[in-house]
Amino acid sequence: MKELRLMKGNEAISEAAIRCGADGYFGYPITPQSEILEYLMAERPYETTGMVVLQAESEVAAINMVYGGACCGKKVWTSSSSPGISLKQEGISYMAGAELPGLIVNVVRGGPGLGTIQPSQSDYFQATKGGGHGDYRLLVLAPASVQEMADFVPLGFELAFKYRNPVMILTDGVIGQMMEKVELPEHKPRWTAEEIKEISPWATTGKTPDRERNIITSLDLDSSKQEKHVLSLERKYSEMEKNEVRFEKLNCDDAEYLIVAFGSSARICQKSMEIARAKGIKVGLLRPITLYPFPKLPIAELAGQVKGILVVEMNLGQMVEDVRLAVNGKVPVEHFGRCGGIIPTPEEVVKILKTKIIGE
Amino acid sequence: MAKVKGAIVIDIERCKGCEVCVEPCPESVIAMNKNVNSKGYHYAMVVNDNCTGCTNCAVVCPDGVITVYRVKVATEV
Amino acid sequence: MEVITREEIIKPENLVYKKTGLMVDKALSYCPGCGHGIVHRLVAEVIDKMLIREKTIGIVGVGCSSQSWGVFNFDFLAVPHGRPCSSATGVKRSLPAHFVFTYQGDGDAYAIGMAETMHAAIRGEKITAIVINNTVFAMTGGQMAPTALNGQITCTSPAGRNPGATGGPLHFPELIANIPGVAYSARVAVDSVANIRKSGQAIEKAFHKQEQNAGFSLVEILTSCPTVFNLKPPEAMEWVSKELVKEFPLGEFVDR
Repeated sequence: MKELRLMKGNEAISEAAIRCGADGYFGYPITPQSEILEYLMAERPYETTGMVVLQAESEVAAINMVYGGACCGKKVWTSSSSPGISLKQEGISYMAGAELPGLIVNVVRGGPGLGTIQPSQSDYFQATKGGGHGDYRLLVLAPASVQEMADFVPLGFELAFKYRNPVMILTDGVIGQMMEKVELPEHKPRWTAEEIKEISPWATTGKTPDRERNIITSLDLDSSKQEKHVLSLERKYSEMEKNEVRFEKLNCDDAEYLIVAFGSSARICQKSMEIARAKGIKVGLLRPITLYPFPKLPIAELAGQVKGILVVEMNLGQMVEDVRLAVNGKVPVEHFGRCGGIIPTPEEVVKILKTKIIGE
Repeated sequence: MAKVKGAIVIDIERCKGCEVCVEPCPESVIAMNKNVNSKGYHYAMVVNDNCTGCTNCAVVCPDGVITVYRVKVATEV
Repeated sequence: MEVITREEIIKPENLVYKKTGLMVDKALSYCPGCGHGIVHRLVAEVIDKMLIREKTIGIVGVGCSSQSWGVFNFDFLAVPHGRPCSSATGVKRSLPAHFVFTYQGDGDAYAIGMAETMHAAIRGEKITAIVINNTVFAMTGGQMAPTALNGQITCTSPAGRNPGATGGPLHFPELIANIPGVAYSARVAVDSVANIRKSGQAIEKAFHKQEQNAGFSLVEILTSCPTVFNLKPPEAMEWVSKELVKEFPLGEFVDR
């Protein structure tokens, strides 16, 4: 039976991780996501499910601990916020290159640099275009509610192991800190050693006579082999683009104008849409749920129907570039965003919609 | 024989009422006022004139709100 | 007996102690009773006394100490969490005649910044590291730091720090005492007036090591954090005297 609880976004992620049988969490304090680590320490899953919870000495150490756990076929994860995620980029690139599953949660704060502790969405480029070096992609899930914070943890692990690729949950300080009701799933047990061998025969679990040794590395100095490897990664990403696009459409059927927004911006724009509709403006909202793979096709389709598109995101304009690529010049695409931790109001968005898109 | 007499001036608006200055005073010069400053802190105040200007209070004050004066006073032999 | 009034005592010629002008004249943003305020003043007083303000550059990391540049009336760099000793290396090697010091918490210098702090010591960088030890990551809510005591309850050690699981409290000044590049390594505390005065002396000694180009100098300062300890400021200072000083001996571990 499912359990209903009023929870904070950050805590919902931790609770969901315990319930989906995660094997280990390695983290470090940083505002606005320290509750993820604190909740796990307080809940003591190490005494119930055996889940490891360790406060590492730094975010770099934490991602490398995740790398280690992932090599063993375990469901491991870490979390941080913007500056800490920057520190993890080398480790993430290594995980992608070595084809390791794992979950990384980024509760975005204002940047660049130490920035501010208030919310922002300015890590979109870092998450979707590969903040680390090399030809790789992260599958990126963007929750817009505390329920999705909880739901995306088991989903993230599922996709990470399906594709043997790290997955990121990209959220922000609004959703991390707010409280909403969550339907929590039943507890699933952690994988047994036999299950791990079956699910991840590539994992370093100790070479037994029945198999060859497993070496996990992202290095290959033989260029033709390295190219083959990188092309196989590309095939994975093509599969992701074919099968894993997720998005939500609201009021788009008769829409004359479109707003594209993710995460907490989408929640705000939902209200803006209601306000605009009440004034007779036929506006719809498309909310990407996967930021990579990006919902290019549904946006391209809607571009054939609407007169203009407003992209609302708390940054200087990042997702808007992907929207423009998808729209391919068919209709005007404009960006609206606030920075520095400032959250736009629904009325502000309606005003911009009117001036920049509708041309009033 | 010379004796010293001190006096302290407390910047009550910068005082945060942490009270760490109270105990180190050998003459119990400082107590906390039951009134509050504009930030809402009970601020430190002088309650007697036995100050010897030893500077203990000023040295321990985390906010540096205390200024200390001291003078030698001639006494009758 | 001559009776003297308060007004007669409070005259500029009778001034014996006031907050140094090397501190900006505005209220500090720290919690009531925070040890940072005391240490800031000690550092500023030493720089004032040594008359080196014009060539002093401070480097601050991330934590409650991040705010410290707002207090000092001289040049400061704000660098990423844990990296002050590296940035200080960059500054000192660029401006070797300048006086360069870091101001960090124990989480900054000994957790995420362990490599940077250690390697500055190994290379014998002619910088001075001032490390505030309150056993926790206070700014982010009081998570356990490497210096947390066995059994200490923090929000990431809710059942008390278990040495079997995460080791015991880190004694860093002792650890670097045998590194040839380290000219001075000491631990002091700001839990009492007597110790505060001694802390000022240790800081001055460390700064003189830099003046003499003798090598890396570090002063670890045990301070209270009333907010995270959940104690009134005078009790928090007592806790430092009773528990922290018991675990972390005060003294000089190397003086080359």
